[in-house]
Amino acid sequence: MLEMIQKIQIYMEYPFVKNALIVGVLIALCSSLLGVTLVLKRFSFIGDGLSHVAFGALAIATVLKVANQTILIMPITIVAAIFLLKGGQNVKIKGDAAIAMLSVSAMAFGYFILNVFSAGANIAGDVCTTLFGSTSILSLLPSDVIICIVTSVVVVIFFMVFYNRIFAVTFDENFMKATGSNTELYNCVIAVITAVIIVLAMNLVGSLLISALLIFPALSAMRLFKSFKAVTIASAIISVLGTIVGIFTSILFNTPVGSTIVMVYLGIFVVCSILVAVLHK
Amino acid sequence: MSYIECNDLSLGYDGKSIISGLNIKINKGDYLCILGENGVGKSTLIKTLLGLQSPIDGKIVFDDGLKQYEIGYLPQQTRIQQEFPATVWEVVLTGTLKKEKWNLFYSKQQKELAKSKLEELGIWNLRKKSYRNLSGGQQQRVLLARALCATTKVILLDEPVTGLDPIVTKEFYKLLKQINKKGITVIMVSHDMSVVEYASHVLFLSREKTYFTEKKSNMTDEMWIDVISKGVVQC
Repeated sequence: MLEMIQKIQIYMEYPFVKNALIVGVLIALCSSLLGVTLVLKRFSFIGDGLSHVAFGALAIATVLKVANQTILIMPITIVAAIFLLKGGQNVKIKGDAAIAMLSVSAMAFGYFILNVFSAGANIAGDVCTTLFGSTSILSLLPSDVIICIVTSVVVVIFFMVFYNRIFAVTFDENFMKATGSNTELYNCVIAVITAVIIVLAMNLVGSLLISALLIFPALSAMRLFKSFKAVTIASAIISVLGTIVGIFTSILFNTPVGSTIVMVYLGIFVVCSILVAVLHK
Repeated sequence: MSYIECNDLSLGYDGKSIISGLNIKINKGDYLCILGENGVGKSTLIKTLLGLQSPIDGKIVFDDGLKQYEIGYLPQQTRIQQEFPATVWEVVLTGTLKKEKWNLFYSKQQKELAKSKLEELGIWNLRKKSYRNLSGGQQQRVLLARALCATTKVILLDEPVTGLDPIVTKEFYKLLKQINKKGITVIMVSHDMSVVEYASHVLFLSREKTYFTEKKSNMTDEMWIDVISKGVVQC
């Protein structure tokens, strides 16, 4: 145990570990706040769909050899988010089918163009990294860290300022619409924020595992608590703790960061479920 | 002057009208019951009254100091709400969020308003309970409290007694009548005929004909029900 703590202390000296922790905690915080709303609104799949779109966009950026890939990935994902949200209300193609269609197409398209056009020698490795985010969080540039900090601060402030209204719209959109709130705007802003967080989170866990980041903390918290406020706070705490534990575990045992974090989340969820089952007996 | 006046209103969606030539007046203190089978356009009428949908033809005039978004709405329950982690207190407070006023936290006035409505409906003791763990009747009272926080003039209820047992239904109707007696206009959509004994006006919608009738002051409940049932038969 002491040995592990010493090892962690040594690693903490490295700036890349510090950066990974800062970015990890911030993304975990943002995604957990958003996750509660997404899960309750039955929008979990939007997160999943968007992560696939982000993968497709990343493939385009890689092939085009764009220097700062985020500049290309971000707008594409945001447009897809708005499209999916509108698609959810479209009767002709059901929302979930539209999402499934878009995510599969984006994945296939991404892998296709990477294979056909990419000059890289190790395509399989590149794809694997993008999907599972194996090392990118440990190789963050200072500019990545700054972008992440700024965005996270904006997202957290948005949530605090609009907390009451976000809750109201999540609980009952029709009621809020009838009392004159612009619920479409709220939905739109939430979709855009989802897109932004997903693009940022790609660095942390890779595009396949982003949904876990959005969904698991919210689901765990919903098992334990009965008020919206408690669920939101618990979700944030679970998310941040899970990420810290996950990052250290991956450093200590040399496991892939993204999957380790998700395994920790899964563990927390199982523990919460068992706790609830035991307490209710 | 009426709160709401519908002049030659045609309603529907995708350009197809399902109700046409609708003329009704809803005044302060009225208790209007909108009856009809499924699919005759009750929900469309509600959405139009709330401004969530625009009429195909004709217009709705809001007067006597009522603005469209001041209607307290009690929507049909959604599946999302059945599992939603939220306390009664959190839910009822959302009724106090006003279009024109905006602040970071709930003000003292907003909290007092919510408290008074919870007490009025006899559910102040439930405030810390989770909404999803309440019985159907209790949930409707919570939503009613929220609607009353949002309005001082008109409440509009969409099939509020669906899924409630007869005793709870009757209690809920009595509660609504008390609220109505305090001067709040009640508009209720239902396919439960038993509600007409509480109503002052009935709008009956069917595919063939719409029928709007008022309870005269000299009518007894029996005469009133008789008039409606004859009217309904005529359609």
